[in-house]
Amino acid sequence: MSRLSLLALVVLAVCALGLVTSQHHARKLFAELEREQARTAELEVEHGQLQLEASTWARHARVERLARERLHMRPPEAKRMQILEAPPAAGGSRR
Amino acid sequence: MKFGGSPVLAPTFPPWRARLVIGAATLALGALAARAAYLQGWNRDFLQAKGESRYSRTLEVPAVRGRIFDRNGEALAVSTPVKSIWAIPEDASAGGRDLDRLAATLEVPRAELRAKLADTGRDFVYLKRQVPPEVAERVAALRLPGIHQSKEYRRYYPAGEAMAHVLGFTDVDDIGREGIELAYQEHLGGRPGSRRVIKDRLGEIVEDVVSLRAAKDGGDLVLALDSRIQNLAYGELRRAVEAHRAKGGGIVVLDVATGEVLALANLPSYNPNNRAQLAGPQLRNRAVTDAFEPGSTLKPFTVALALDIGRIAPATTISVAPGSLTIGQAVIRDAHPEKALTVEQVIQKSSNVGAAKIALELRPESMWGFFDDIGFGAAPRLGFPGEAVGKLRPYKTWRPVEQATMSYGHGISVSLVQLARAYTMFARDGDLVPLSLLKVDAAPRGEPVLSKRTAEAVRRMLELAAQPGGTAPRARIVGYRVAGKTGTAHKQVDGAYAEDRYRSSFVGFAPASRPRLVIAVMIDEPSAGQHFGGVVAAPVFAKVMAGALRLLGAPPDAPMEPIEAAPPALEVRESA
Repeated sequence: MSRLSLLALVVLAVCALGLVTSQHHARKLFAELEREQARTAELEVEHGQLQLEASTWARHARVERLARERLHMRPPEAKRMQILEAPPAAGGSRR
Repeated sequence: MKFGGSPVLAPTFPPWRARLVIGAATLALGALAARAAYLQGWNRDFLQAKGESRYSRTLEVPAVRGRIFDRNGEALAVSTPVKSIWAIPEDASAGGRDLDRLAATLEVPRAELRAKLADTGRDFVYLKRQVPPEVAERVAALRLPGIHQSKEYRRYYPAGEAMAHVLGFTDVDDIGREGIELAYQEHLGGRPGSRRVIKDRLGEIVEDVVSLRAAKDGGDLVLALDSRIQNLAYGELRRAVEAHRAKGGGIVVLDVATGEVLALANLPSYNPNNRAQLAGPQLRNRAVTDAFEPGSTLKPFTVALALDIGRIAPATTISVAPGSLTIGQAVIRDAHPEKALTVEQVIQKSSNVGAAKIALELRPESMWGFFDDIGFGAAPRLGFPGEAVGKLRPYKTWRPVEQATMSYGHGISVSLVQLARAYTMFARDGDLVPLSLLKVDAAPRGEPVLSKRTAEAVRRMLELAAQPGGTAPRARIVGYRVAGKTGTAHKQVDGAYAEDRYRSSFVGFAPASRPRLVIAVMIDEPSAGQHFGGVVAAPVFAKVMAGALRLLGAPPDAPMEPIEAAPPALEVRESA
């Protein structure tokens, strides 16, 4: 009888220690999750800022100015344009 | 041997000592029990709260305002975090050098800071809001007592003034104040939440206890706007307003198939990222909130109604001699007196007398009913704040002269958006679709107003008007057939028409064989010598239409030959 009690005591101690470690483990994982979530929020903010920057660089007026001034491009004259009908099989309209 | 009999163990103390010990022990136990009952019974809530406050924290969960995109996914409005610097005046002891440094870092006048910090009666005072994160870090590095920071959001608009009126803006608390920001506040605005967590000794969150209020991020919004067409339209409008030294202007570009607003711009505009000097007139989204007398751009509607109910045919001849028409005391005049014009020519040459005579053939209630059907006198329900309804008086109060002047757009007022929408009826075989500021997935079903035959006939007349011999040869573009109508109206000043103040407009669509876009242009008070719609507004239409059709890749329906300027004799000046 007393041997059985002793065994139960050992099992109880092991369980208790297990509970402590798993609790600790859970808390560590949770802290990590929190950190990652904070990082997600940060990246989301950065994504927004990059979208802003991309929009600013891609402004139509700016692209057009660069094309004209730096690349010396200009819209073709009407008489130098030729329109080709895309064959229906190719699908999609081409300019 | 019996223990009991041992003399050593024989009780040698008086019995009262044992009783005393027992009594003392019982009393001590009782005291402990009472204390335990006191702590766990009466004081439980207080103590639990105290205990929890050692490890549990309530955190604010921030919510971000939704972003706004154009139809191609270009970001038009994005909120990004900034800091606000605030102080508790009583704790803030900054003086002398510290105050100088703080003022320099924040770029706030020293006297202003001193005044704010001197007001010790207040517990909280903002020193500066919406400070960029770098500046906030430098302020934190000064380590001044009583100076604190908190996180907030600021909204940026990369498209700047080109889209200012459509998008509107938000206030310092990131709540919509104008335009789409205000109209869709409910959808865009986030709702911050809060939650209770357990923090460990290092300040790290180790457990979520309960979510007190769920945070909700604002939803994103995809607009119907095409930022390329918008920029083009805004740029051309600005060039025209500057060249003609006009007071203002507006332009609307609609997709004929879906009723989407592809571009909507106004002048004067403002930069939504820097609203330091913002005045009332700049804020007005004229194309939507201002109704005006449209002038001759309204003629096609009277003609369309008369055609539709069979009163006239496109080739019916109308006598317009001697170039004026007297109704009661009022005289309606044409700029170019002619003897007789066909209905087609009335539109082509924009004859007031012709249009008035056609209008007088119609019953007032049917004319009113038609104007009502095409949305005049009713808000276009785009969702914008303060949409103009326009003025369409009940037909019972119409006098004959008013019915006649309404046919050429006087005595009735509409907004530019209403006018553009009404023209989609001609571009769409006679039906009307609701307009949309948001991107539409499926083309909406139209509400039929006119027969297909009438719409085709009016399209042909409008095409004639945009050719040499009409009022707007300058609306032509290379490679596409264009149809449209000019308008030149005297402005009303203090209830009377001003001799020298005009509003020039042009509304049209292209390609005429299969219309894709309707563009309406209005220039307010051009004052550089020219005021005819065909000269002031039509070229803006042509440039924007040409660019937009190229961007959309619309197949041309006319030979790609350069357009030569129409000889002056073939450019008809309309009557204002």
